[in-house]
Amino acid sequence: MTKKQKRALARILLAAALLVLLAFLPVTGAARFALYMAPYLLVGWDVLSKALHGIRNGQVFDENFLMAVATVGAIALGDYVEGTAVMLFYQIGELFQSYAVGKSRRSIGELMDIRPDVARVEDAEGNLSETDPDEVAPGSVIVVRPGERIPIDGVVIEGRASLETSALTGESLPREVGEGDEVVSGCVDMSGVLRVRTTKAFGESTVSRILDLVENASARKSRSEQFITRFARVYTPAVCFGALALALLPPLLRLLLGLPGEWSVWLLRALTFLVISCPCALVVSIPLSFFAGIGGASRAGVLVKGSRELEALSHARIVAFDKTGTMTRGVFEVAGAHHAAMDEGELLTLAALAETYSTHPISASLRRAAGGALDTTRVSDVEEVGGHGVTARVDGKAVAVGNERLMEKLGVTYAPCHCAGTVVHVAVDGEYMGHILIADQLKPTSRQAVQALRAAGVRRTVMLTGDRPEAAEEIARELGIDEVAAGLLPQEKVERVEQLLSEKRPREVLAFVGDGINDAPVLSRADVGVAMGALGSDAAIEAADVVLMDDDPLKIAKAIGISRKCLRIVYENIAFAIGVKAACLLLGALGLAGMWAAIFADVGVMVLAVLNAIRALDTRRC
Amino acid sequence: MKKTYKIDVDCANCAQKMEDAANKVEGVRQATVNFMTLKMAVEFDEGAQPQDVMQRVLAACKKVERDCEIEL
Repeated sequence: MTKKQKRALARILLAAALLVLLAFLPVTGAARFALYMAPYLLVGWDVLSKALHGIRNGQVFDENFLMAVATVGAIALGDYVEGTAVMLFYQIGELFQSYAVGKSRRSIGELMDIRPDVARVEDAEGNLSETDPDEVAPGSVIVVRPGERIPIDGVVIEGRASLETSALTGESLPREVGEGDEVVSGCVDMSGVLRVRTTKAFGESTVSRILDLVENASARKSRSEQFITRFARVYTPAVCFGALALALLPPLLRLLLGLPGEWSVWLLRALTFLVISCPCALVVSIPLSFFAGIGGASRAGVLVKGSRELEALSHARIVAFDKTGTMTRGVFEVAGAHHAAMDEGELLTLAALAETYSTHPISASLRRAAGGALDTTRVSDVEEVGGHGVTARVDGKAVAVGNERLMEKLGVTYAPCHCAGTVVHVAVDGEYMGHILIADQLKPTSRQAVQALRAAGVRRTVMLTGDRPEAAEEIARELGIDEVAAGLLPQEKVERVEQLLSEKRPREVLAFVGDGINDAPVLSRADVGVAMGALGSDAAIEAADVVLMDDDPLKIAKAIGISRKCLRIVYENIAFAIGVKAACLLLGALGLAGMWAAIFADVGVMVLAVLNAIRALDTRRC
Repeated sequence: MKKTYKIDVDCANCAQKMEDAANKVEGVRQATVNFMTLKMAVEFDEGAQPQDVMQRVLAACKKVERDCEIEL
């Protein structure tokens, strides 16, 4: 508890004790009034003075005003106990609210506690000094010891370690890094000392960007929040005039009918009406739900830019994906050798040798698959045939490695391939030796991810890709994706998304999931842009509304689940608070609910709504 | 230019009132108050002096919510 809260608690306890004591004192008249003023003013002076301050500054209708009028009115009618008790419970409610909000603020703060305190910088002589990460220039060498958080993005220049990334990605599997690997700030070194050359300033590092994003998250307000703001603006004056009408109209009507006016009865009902009407439950719990939802999502490795984005995500019914890097790993691997007229390993080695000097990604995967260090002295006369492949002499034999066109050019009959992927044909001395299939690998969870999306109520899934139609269709079939648009240029992807946007039904939301590196225009065009595998990619964090920290496509459905849960809580609170208030207002106006019921309706609803809001923090079962 | 300030305010409704008040101050293009992180983000008009503007913002906020605080 803060100092302020402790003071409030002391005032509440003291006033409550006084109130109990006074109940046993047999005093009447002016003395009784004077004695009851002690607990009343003790617990309520700040509300009264805020109400006065508000009136002086033209901010009449707020909850201080409601409480001041209701309690002063009750005391004027001689109901000292009620008047004081209303004030007392109102303050208990305020205290609870401030405590609960503070507590969830802290627990979300702890969750996002990835800010490193110091960087250990090594100078030219090899001396270490502890420095504020903000002051470390890019290109400096820092040392990270086991148990410490990496303060700044960089590249490992010495050492091996396993890194825990769970604070960033929600992924519990540690990542192994060694010399030459990039490391991302915010990860915790779990073993081994690392020397890291920083590549960015602290302010540009992943950790700063994430913190910035989360801290500014709720700046963009959701429709539900805007609704509450507008609602409160209309609601409080409406309730005040309603109370005024309740105090004046029925007695006047009764007088006209020749009955006694019963002014004090109706006045008391009007005051009860005021107490019930306090909109705190809504005003507090709705932003709190969003805050907890966004906090819970970031713990699961899903960064949401604001409550507006969280709300939009919950309505996602159409999901469009990029293929490479989103549903597939984006890494090309040798998937097999077909029609081989020689040993498959030997075929692979021959192809890899011929491609030794090529920088093409295909050659890299060939070399990886061939494994081990290749003896480059076996290769000579390497000639790249642009757009076709490579010809070279390996062990004195003429080896040609390339696509169909190369084979046709050399007059070699080749066996075509029916599989998705890139095909590399190999010919030795003009004789066909078979082909090697190089294909992008599906991520292990992609299929499950599409099913999960369908279970989450997504009615249409579309894959947009620049890849060949055959490859794209095969993958779509395998994953169970509804539609495919293949062979698209980046600009055409935007056009396709616009077409999908024009086809969707009202209130539906289209989400686009991409790897964030080359999909920025599409990410910003879709209703909700989801960037994936964004650890370390600045462009993605800029362009997307939702950022998945690791590259697991299952997180898409998880993010939708989290947003649904949060929004469900928001609607529950709106319905519950307005429902209970409306019922109590009616009962109060009819005289069936007294001042005590009114207090419990107000404070009780608020407490329950706040507790419900905090549930949004738990995202384990979304 | 955009700057973020730490604030101290008791309730979400008061935070909303602070935001409304800050948005009416001359020199403020857009102000948003985030009750949950207790931060006020202010985007200033071209050529406005943040220090001067923030003094006026603080005064305007004090008017609607007496015990609010902005760390300038």
